[in-house]
Amino acid sequence: MNQKSRDTDIPAVEYLDSRSAQGPAGSLEELHKRLLLLPPYRWVTQAITRSGLSARGILIATPYLWLLLFFLAPFLIVLKISFSEYAIAQPPYTALFEWVDDVFIQIRLNLENYQLLFEDDLYWRAYLNSVKIAGISTFLTLLVGYPLAYGMTRAPRHWRLALLMLVILPFWTSFLIRVYAWIGILKKEGLLNLLLLNLGVIDQPLVIMNTDMAVYIGIIYSYLPFMVLPLYASLEKMDDSLLEAAADLGCRPIKAFWQITFPISIYGVVAGCFLVFIPALGEFVIPDLLGGSGTLMIGKTLWAEFFSNRDWPLSSAVAVVLLLILVVPIVAFQKMQEKDKAA
Amino acid sequence: MNKGLSWFTWSALVVGFSFLYLPIILLVLFSFNESKLVTVWGGFSTKWYVELFNNQGLLNAAWVTLKVAFVSSTVATLLGTMSGVMLTRFGKFRGRTLFSGMIYAPLVMPEVITGLSLLLMFVAISWDRGFATVTIAHITFSMCYVAVVVQSRLATFDHSIEEAAMDLGCPPGKTFFAITLPIILPAVVSGWLLSFTLSLDDLVIASFTTGPGATTLPMKIYSQVRLGVTPEINAVSTILVGLVATGVLVASIISRRSEAARLRDERLATAER
Repeated sequence: MNQKSRDTDIPAVEYLDSRSAQGPAGSLEELHKRLLLLPPYRWVTQAITRSGLSARGILIATPYLWLLLFFLAPFLIVLKISFSEYAIAQPPYTALFEWVDDVFIQIRLNLENYQLLFEDDLYWRAYLNSVKIAGISTFLTLLVGYPLAYGMTRAPRHWRLALLMLVILPFWTSFLIRVYAWIGILKKEGLLNLLLLNLGVIDQPLVIMNTDMAVYIGIIYSYLPFMVLPLYASLEKMDDSLLEAAADLGCRPIKAFWQITFPISIYGVVAGCFLVFIPALGEFVIPDLLGGSGTLMIGKTLWAEFFSNRDWPLSSAVAVVLLLILVVPIVAFQKMQEKDKAA
Repeated sequence: MNKGLSWFTWSALVVGFSFLYLPIILLVLFSFNESKLVTVWGGFSTKWYVELFNNQGLLNAAWVTLKVAFVSSTVATLLGTMSGVMLTRFGKFRGRTLFSGMIYAPLVMPEVITGLSLLLMFVAISWDRGFATVTIAHITFSMCYVAVVVQSRLATFDHSIEEAAMDLGCPPGKTFFAITLPIILPAVVSGWLLSFTLSLDDLVIASFTTGPGATTLPMKIYSQVRLGVTPEINAVSTILVGLVATGVLVASIISRRSEAARLRDERLATAER
């Protein structure tokens, strides 16, 4: 029965043979027919046909295998190493699985790294501080991004595409370079202090560089496009006649903003905040270049633990806990998007 | 329109865009500064660019970066386009949820974790780190960006054109190359551009996954930036920003033109009917 039904299915090779179209596809089929005369090619094509692997199967398998190999497998390795012990060896960690008499696998789970993360206040302070810095800078990015997105939707229609392009363009240019640009502005003898001193606004140079303030500025600057784009998308849909109606009925502009505009844009606000908060949490370059030695952020801690202390198991544990923290906002964001799609 | 409103609009736009662009403009300006001091203007000069082209270390790093970016973005575009097609056109297949999870996860993953995990894997299978490992790392995160860009383009165009072709006996592979690919080509091209610039920019993942002999330009810039601001770095940055900005502008003009041409064709097609 099974055999019979298989026979009625036209195999992919025969299907291709039966088509003799002109053009480049036709010559490809011609080539395929000629190559079938060669035994190795015939065997391979027959094997593919017999195994049920279609073009579709191969198409699915390639990117799938790639991601399994270079995305999922590395994570499992991080998880594994986070349970092993630091050792002065090459690579610098102990084995988790060991063969005993070639029969049993001995598993040695070592929870010390995780214990250290909770006991040593350096680590949990770094986590808390990352959440704090990411949270404050997300709020500040909203404060800067909202008027910009609002202004863009109020601009003449034929400008809007160009304005959007102007918001996206910095996102394409190097992150490192954009952060670097701020060093020359913010440092003690930098351009900002030079300007303010010459204007007579201050008589002592401001200390911004190497403080949390500089990190806030760096994050706002780097992630502003992520905030502005969803805000713009949600504000653009707003119907102007709502505001006109409110004004006609004697509603003051500020009240109208909080009662009409802001609630309409709430999806953009929340989406923008997630898009800034999530990457800011694990940020390394900005706190490293703009922040000071007192700026504790977990991305920096992980980097130092890995490159300076060479403690691979501990940095793996730091990474695993950071991921667990990140899961919360990521899942919340996904839930929100699904709800929006359903609505 | 209300006068108060347009005043607010104007200042929001001017302040917002100055904030976005002033730092870059200042950076470019001071790359032409005669003086070694980055904040004192000593007259116009291109000597830092000349010095740049005599700095063999920097040129080597730039060459490595360009090679990595070219190879990784090309492979990433291939794999990413395949993934985008899979996610939108293949319906349900075994492990689809896991696959779409693996496509979206790298987009929100902190770079330090991606870098660390890839490095640990390369060490675990004792693969010597260098050009190949950086390229593989870049392919892995870039292909996800390409997949998302291609997927969103595929989701917006009418599936019935492809169905019509297949109903008329066009095999799926030919349908893809004759119908689907030309329509999603702008998305594929911008996916390639995006991967290229992402690879060009990347510091963190490259630092983890590279080995001796494959130092990339961002790593070189980073190690110099830590020592302080120099006009030479400003000059490198200016070249990079200039290249990327030109590339993006040209690409967007081309895609706008092709979009306009497509719309015109569609109008003509409906008019003939």
